[in-house]
Amino acid sequence: MLNINKNLEDTSLTVELIGRLDTTTAPRLEGELKDALPGVSNLVLDLGKLEYISSAGLRVLLSAQKIMNKQGEMKLIHVNDTVLEIFDVTGFSDILTIE
Amino acid sequence: MKEMTVAAERENLPLVTAFINEILNENNCPSMTRIQLDVATDEIFSNIAKYAYDGKEGQVCVQIDIQEDPKAVVIRFSDRGKSFNPLAISDPDTTLPLIKRPIGGLGIYMLKKTMDKVQYERRDGQNTLLIRKKL
Repeated sequence: MLNINKNLEDTSLTVELIGRLDTTTAPRLEGELKDALPGVSNLVLDLGKLEYISSAGLRVLLSAQKIMNKQGEMKLIHVNDTVLEIFDVTGFSDILTIE
Repeated sequence: MKEMTVAAERENLPLVTAFINEILNENNCPSMTRIQLDVATDEIFSNIAKYAYDGKEGQVCVQIDIQEDPKAVVIRFSDRGKSFNPLAISDPDTTLPLIKRPIGGLGIYMLKKTMDKVQYERRDGQNTLLIRKKL
């Protein structure tokens, strides 16, 4: 299960992810980001309440990062130890901006 | 040993995860280990759902066993789809720059890094992937 809370202010979009970003929930996030990202120059993903992320979720983060590289910035905030370990193992901590 | 058989459909992942987590919780599995096992389950189950049966109907059997001394969990995922050894895929280059980064193979790579043992077997028309993790 995954809840996606979006908050758009001007061209800054904050997306809070609550639950599990896995093979069953990742397609929904991908669809929501695809709809929401045009015109956004600053994307913040709040992962404070994200329990875990699988490779299906990593794929969505990677494509979001590629989109934001063209039109602005993307950063991840409140990343917990479990999710951080997954980023470390996969080398994602080097290519994502984690605060 | 406990066993569950479900259709190899992505939508069944929560059923399988709940089945495994119930047994892990009964055995006081630390939450970090449980999450690693949940991610491993996601990677293996979704691979089978996507590739094993080429879009045709098929089933996945999940067996879970708790071993003692040292205490560990062993989970076997079996399907009767086409022969496929995910461990034969070469590891992705995790040092590549973003733009060149392929996403395939990352899930299996995560498995190898987080589990104590990952083993594949093809026997009698059945693929079995076994994972083992200390509790």
